[in-house]
Amino acid sequence: MSFINKNLYRYIIIILSSLILIACTTTPPQTTSTSQSDVVDGVYVGTETIEMLAVNVPDRVFFAYDSYSLTSAAQNTLTKQAKWLKANGSVTIAIEGHADERGTREYNLALGDRRANAAKDFLMAQGISASRITTISFGKERPVNSASNNKAWSQNRRSVTVRTN
Amino acid sequence: MKKIIIYVFFALNFMTSLYAMVEIDITEGNREPLPIAITEFFNDESQILKDQKIPTKLQKVITDDLERSGLFSSVKKDAFIQKNRAMHIKPRFADWRLIQAQVLLTGELSIESDRLRVEFRLWDTFAEKEIEGLVLITTVENWRRISHMIADRIYQRLTGEEGYFDTRIAYVAEEGPKNKRVKKLAIMDQDGANHKFLTSGRELVLTPRFNPVRQEIAYLSYFKNLPRVYLLNIQTGIQEVVGDFPGMTFAPRFSPDGNKIIMSLARDGNSDIYVMDLVSRVVERLTDSPAIDTSPSYSPDGKKITFNSDRGGSQQIYVMDSNGRNQKRISKDSGNYATPVWSPRGDLIAFTKNYQGQYFIGVMRTDGSGERLLTENWYQEAPAWSSNGRVLVFYRETKSDAEGIGHSSSIWSIDLTGFNERKLTTPLDASDPSWSKLIQ
Repeated sequence: MSFINKNLYRYIIIILSSLILIACTTTPPQTTSTSQSDVVDGVYVGTETIEMLAVNVPDRVFFAYDSYSLTSAAQNTLTKQAKWLKANGSVTIAIEGHADERGTREYNLALGDRRANAAKDFLMAQGISASRITTISFGKERPVNSASNNKAWSQNRRSVTVRTN
Repeated sequence: MKKIIIYVFFALNFMTSLYAMVEIDITEGNREPLPIAITEFFNDESQILKDQKIPTKLQKVITDDLERSGLFSSVKKDAFIQKNRAMHIKPRFADWRLIQAQVLLTGELSIESDRLRVEFRLWDTFAEKEIEGLVLITTVENWRRISHMIADRIYQRLTGEEGYFDTRIAYVAEEGPKNKRVKKLAIMDQDGANHKFLTSGRELVLTPRFNPVRQEIAYLSYFKNLPRVYLLNIQTGIQEVVGDFPGMTFAPRFSPDGNKIIMSLARDGNSDIYVMDLVSRVVERLTDSPAIDTSPSYSPDGKKITFNSDRGGSQQIYVMDSNGRNQKRISKDSGNYATPVWSPRGDLIAFTKNYQGQYFIGVMRTDGSGERLLTENWYQEAPAWSSNGRVLVFYRETKSDAEGIGHSSSIWSIDLTGFNERKLTTPLDASDPSWSKLIQ
């Protein structure tokens, strides 16, 4: 049997993208970013697919493969969401947790639930009442990017905050 | 379910101790299929069948069942030398040996007070013996089931294992773009006939699982955006939610007696395994780790449960007693393991494995030893067993391109030996197969 080492390939991309980042610190910033460098350590850091809950309040955060920990960028986004929710006390929300297609269906349902709740817990820690937040996991059922590549998968590993009123 | 009457009418000629009878060793993979001549059943001309094609259709369904198993090859009809009705009483064995048929199937059918009467005999052409014979009586519309039952008898007689042709497959039919996929529950005979959609596609539905005892399916529905396990009565179409849980319930499976459902409940970001008694409605929690515990499946004696957990840092397969005690990991090799399903024979657990970016369907013994990978692909998962534990079905997906085009999903079957991989024909894309027991 011949194995195609996809993980190794992924790591190489990560290494390559970190090299680009290191390179960027010593050379003038590049004006064009490749799609590869939109994924850092498996987490999407670009701006495609993101919608706005309000001005300067992004609706979603991204996760690494099989992970539900919130990156500092994710915490930054959720802090903005919490501020906006505090300023708009009547708004209620649902947090949708999603996974990429590279995992079994039932496990991914559980993983999506973990991701939605990681975001919910962060908002609650910022003082948002649990009664304003519902969560739902879609597992791998609702990708935002239908392609089968690292960038699409990183965009699909997300939790999305949507208004329910 | 319409009743089918069966008469066993010949057991006199069994002399297995004296003759080396024809038989198939199914534990050995990649063996030469056994050549069998399946003749068209004779139809008394004085009796008019409404559907004149029934004898031919019967012959085709039996042939297709046996050939799909990979264990039989049917001798071409054109080669048949003996064509008269006498073959059903006394075949000219030399004629059949000449065209390499080791086994011969003959039969007659007639109408008896509006009911279809089918009689068949199976002959060993080398021992020159009848080795099986049966009369089946049923309504004419049931001719397909009669065909599957005959194929089951032949399979059983020649392999020593119960057949699996008179069975059905429930699955999720899929269509539309990946990001707006429409999914419906569907059911069909094991050979793809009698296909029927069971839900409309309005709600997202996933993972149908047959009740091993009743005409019932447990599945996950996103009805009103509240993902919960539901029960569907296949005959009445009535659906009901299972229990009243404060979060998503998913990954349902029945206990072997059909009276309990085990499933996961996700609450506050943690998924654990629960069991609910469908009669008393009593709910019991079986796992309480802070990790993901899901995809539970009972052993056929109901005493053990295998499940999937990432409590050790990666997705692995565990086994516990049915009361939740003695939880221990059984998967041993490197890679991630998921979707464990206990074999109906009790000795094996089928699983999905993700290793170095590829997906495998495999089996291991219930202590985790003897792992065997049956098939490797870009993406496949969710094995389900045939009722006799000899064949697995699972689903496989193809990769889409950078524009998101090219994705498809289909159900495949593979023999436990790793041979005879086949794609099942379905009207739409297909996933999440579940295979029924023999229909009662």
